[in-house]
Amino acid sequence: MKKLLASTALIAALALPAFAQETLDPNAKSGGGIVVTYKDDVATLDPAIGYDWQNWSMIKSLFDGLMDYVPGTTELRPGLAESYEISADGMTFTFHLRAGVKFHNGREMTADDVKYSLDRVTTPATQSPGAGFFGAIAGYDAMADGSATSLAGVAVIDPATVEIKLSRPDATFLHVMALNFASVVPKEAVEAANGDFGKMPVGTGAFKLSEWTIGQKLVFAKNTDFWRAGLPYLDTVTFEVGQEPIVALLRLQNGEVDVPGDGIPPAKFQEVMGDPAQAAQVIEGGQLQTGYITLNVTIPPLDNVEVRKAINMAINKDRIVQLINGRAVVANQPLPPSMPGYTIDYKGYEYNPDEAKKMLADAGLPDGFETELYVMNTDPNPRIAQAIQQDLAAIGVKASIQSIAQANVIEAGGAGTAPMIWSGGMAWIADFPDPSNFFGPILGCSGAEDGGWNWSKFCDAAIDAEATAADSMIDPAAPERMKMWSDVYMKVMEQAPWVPVFNEQRYTMKSARMGGADNLYVDPVSIPVNYDYVYVKE
Amino acid sequence: MAALVLRRLIQVGLILLGVSFITFFLLYVLPADPVRQIAGRSATPQTVANIREQLGLDQPFVVQYGRYLFGLLQGDMGRSYLQKTDVATLIMARLPASLLLMAAGIAAELVIGLTMGVIAALWRGRAVDSGLMMTSFVTVSAPQFVVALLLLYIFAVKLGWFPIGGYGTPAHLVLPALTLGILGSGWYARIMRSSMIEVLRADFIRTARAKGLARSRVILRHALPNAILPVIAMIGIDIGIFMGGIVVVEGVFGWPGIGQLAWQAIQRVDIPIIMGVTLVSACAIVLGNLLADLMVPLIDPRIRIR
Repeated sequence: MKKLLASTALIAALALPAFAQETLDPNAKSGGGIVVTYKDDVATLDPAIGYDWQNWSMIKSLFDGLMDYVPGTTELRPGLAESYEISADGMTFTFHLRAGVKFHNGREMTADDVKYSLDRVTTPATQSPGAGFFGAIAGYDAMADGSATSLAGVAVIDPATVEIKLSRPDATFLHVMALNFASVVPKEAVEAANGDFGKMPVGTGAFKLSEWTIGQKLVFAKNTDFWRAGLPYLDTVTFEVGQEPIVALLRLQNGEVDVPGDGIPPAKFQEVMGDPAQAAQVIEGGQLQTGYITLNVTIPPLDNVEVRKAINMAINKDRIVQLINGRAVVANQPLPPSMPGYTIDYKGYEYNPDEAKKMLADAGLPDGFETELYVMNTDPNPRIAQAIQQDLAAIGVKASIQSIAQANVIEAGGAGTAPMIWSGGMAWIADFPDPSNFFGPILGCSGAEDGGWNWSKFCDAAIDAEATAADSMIDPAAPERMKMWSDVYMKVMEQAPWVPVFNEQRYTMKSARMGGADNLYVDPVSIPVNYDYVYVKE
Repeated sequence: MAALVLRRLIQVGLILLGVSFITFFLLYVLPADPVRQIAGRSATPQTVANIREQLGLDQPFVVQYGRYLFGLLQGDMGRSYLQKTDVATLIMARLPASLLLMAAGIAAELVIGLTMGVIAALWRGRAVDSGLMMTSFVTVSAPQFVVALLLLYIFAVKLGWFPIGGYGTPAHLVLPALTLGILGSGWYARIMRSSMIEVLRADFIRTARAKGLARSRVILRHALPNAILPVIAMIGIDIGIFMGGIVVVEGVFGWPGIGQLAWQAIQRVDIPIIMGVTLVSACAIVLGNLLADLMVPLIDPRIRIR
C-alpha cells in the first residue's frame, strides 16, 4: 500500500498544476509550545552542512527549498517554486518562484538567492557533505575542482524565474532540489555570520531561531510571516540537548517533555509498550532504512559467490529481530518495503543452515573458515554481532568480533580491510525516497573506491550501466524505471554482496497533549516529527 | 613564594606542551579519518580531497602539529571541524557549568567523606567504624551511571524534591553534586580516618586532654586541623579524577559541561575540540595541584615549600 501510494504520488507531482492545494487540519489549534529532547548537542543548523538525522528536521523547519514533500508522506510537491517545467529531453528545469516569500530578516526571496545558494553548496570552501548530489548540474565539475566560482548551468531569467540546465539526465533531480542542501539562504546573512551561519541561521521556514544556549537548549519561534498561510501551529519548539533518553522518558511521564527525540530507550521498550496508557502515545511507522551485513568480495574466501550465498542462508534473521524487541521487519533485499522499486514477489535466501553447510563444502570449504566481523560498539550492535557469530559457527565459519568505535568501523570499511561488517548504527537511511539512493554509494562502483561507503567493494559494470540507464529516464516514477531498479537489486542479490537483515521500524512517543495526524510523527523526511504541522490540543 | 609560583607556572607550560604533543600524535595515528566524518557518506572523492586539503590534513604530522601550536600560542584553539565554530567559544560556553559542578562535587565529597572519616576514627574498631568503612568501599566501587539514575529516580521522579535534570538554579545542582559527593567520599573517609587515628595518638592530644580540655574542643581545635593535611593534597589529585568522571554524571543529569562536549567530539573525530578539551582539563589538573600545594603552608606554618 505504501509503495503504491509513493509511486502514484510521484507521478501526480510531475503532472501537478501550478497551485498545490493545502488542506489544513480542521482540529488544529494555534499557539502553545512543545519541548523536544536530544542526547547529542546540535552541531549546526547550516543547511549546506547539517547531515545527521537530528538536525535534518530542524533545518527543514527553518529553511525551504524549491521542492518539498507533502507532510507525512514521500510525495513531492513544489516548495518555494510555485510551479516548474521540464524540457522534453529532461535536461532543463525551469522553476517559477512564489511571490512575496520573505526571509526571517524581512527581505524578499528572489531568483538570485536560489543561484547564490546552489553556488554556495557546491563551492569546495563550504565543505558541504551534500555537494555531490548536485553533480548533474552543468558546470558542477568546474565548481568542484575550483576552476569556477559559479555554476554555469544555473541561470537567473528574471527575479521570479530560475533555469537549471543539467549535463546529464537525472531522474532524481526534483528530489535533490528537495534536500536540505538545496535550501535557499540569504547571502547577506551568510556573510554577516562570518563563517558561523550554522549558529545564526536565517531562512524562509516556518520557524526562526530565537535563542541558542550552547550545550543547553535551542528555541524556535513561529515565523509569523510564513508563506504557507495558517502555519505553523506552534508558537515555540524548545529543543533541550544533553538529555539521556532514559531521563527524557521519565520527564515525559512527568509531563515535562513532549517528544523524546532519541526515541524510547531499548531497556524500557517492553515496559512502555506493555502499559496501554503509554503504548497509546507511541506511533509506529516504517522508515527508509535497511540493516545489513557486508561481505567483502575482494577478500577470500568471500570472493566466491557460493560462499556469500551460503552465509546469506546461515543467518537467522528472525532471531536478530527478536533481539531488538521486534522493532524491525525481516529484510530480503537492499531496498526497504516502503521504497518504490521494492520487489514484492522476491523471496530472498531462505534460512537453511544445513543447505548452507553443504554449499560451503561444495565450494571446497567443508571445515568452514576463519574471518572477522566488524561492528560498532554501542548496544544493541555487539549483541547482534554475537547472534551472527553463533549463526556462522553453526555452519563452521569462525568469525571473531571487532567491536570498535563508529569512526573506526567506517575507516576499516572504506579501506576495504574488513571482511564482514554489521551495519548497525551506521546503516543506510535514504536521503530521498527513490530506489537509486540505495545503489551508487553503497553498492555501485563509485562507492567501492578507497574510502567509499561501499564496504563490500562490490563493483559490477553491467549492473552499474543498468542503474545509469534507469536514472537517465525523465520521469522518476515511470513504471519502466521502477522495473529497471527492481531488476538492478535482483541482480545484486544474485551476487550476494550483502546479507540484508532487517528494516527498522520507527517508534515516536509523544505527550498526551500533542495533536495532529499520526503520519506527522513518523514522517519519512522529518525525523522524529514534522514540527510545522503538529499542534497542542489544550 | 613568587619565585615558587613562577617556577611552577613554567612547569605547567611544559606539561601542557607535552600533553598537546601526545594527544595530537595519538589523534594523528588513530585509524579514523576526520575528513570522512566531515564529508559524510555521500561525498565524492573530489569533495573528500578538497576538504582534506583545506584543513591541511594532507600535510605531514610535523607541519600539522606546528600549525596547531602556532595558533595556540596566539590564543587560537582552532575551529571545530563539524560545528564550524571556534573551539574557544564552545569550551567557554560550557566551562563554567563544569567548574561549578566540580566545586560543588568536591564540597559534597569533603562534607560526607570527612564526617565519615572522623566518626570512624573516634569509634575505631567498633561496629560504626566497620560499617562506615564498608560503606566507603561500596561508594567508591559503585558505577556512576547507576548511582546517578538511582538518585534521580528517588529524589526527582518519585519524591519530586528536585528537578529531573537540567541546569540553572541551585536546586538543579544538588543531585549531580550529591552523586559525585557520594561516589568520591570513600577516598576522603579512608584518608581522614587513618590521619585522624594517627593524630589522636600524638602527645599534644594527650596533653590537651590531660590539662582538662573538653573532648569536643580537643577534637575540633587540636586534632582536626592537624589531621586534614593529607586531605588537601588529595583534592589536587581528585581534580584529575573528576575530569574523567564528570562525563557520565553530566550525561545523566543533562548538565551542559565540557564532558559532554568531549564525548561527542571523540565519537566524530572532531580533533580541534578533543585537543581543546584535553588542554583545558590538563590545565585544570595542574593548576588544581598547584593550588593545593600553595594551601598547605597556609594551614600548617611548619611546612615551607622550596
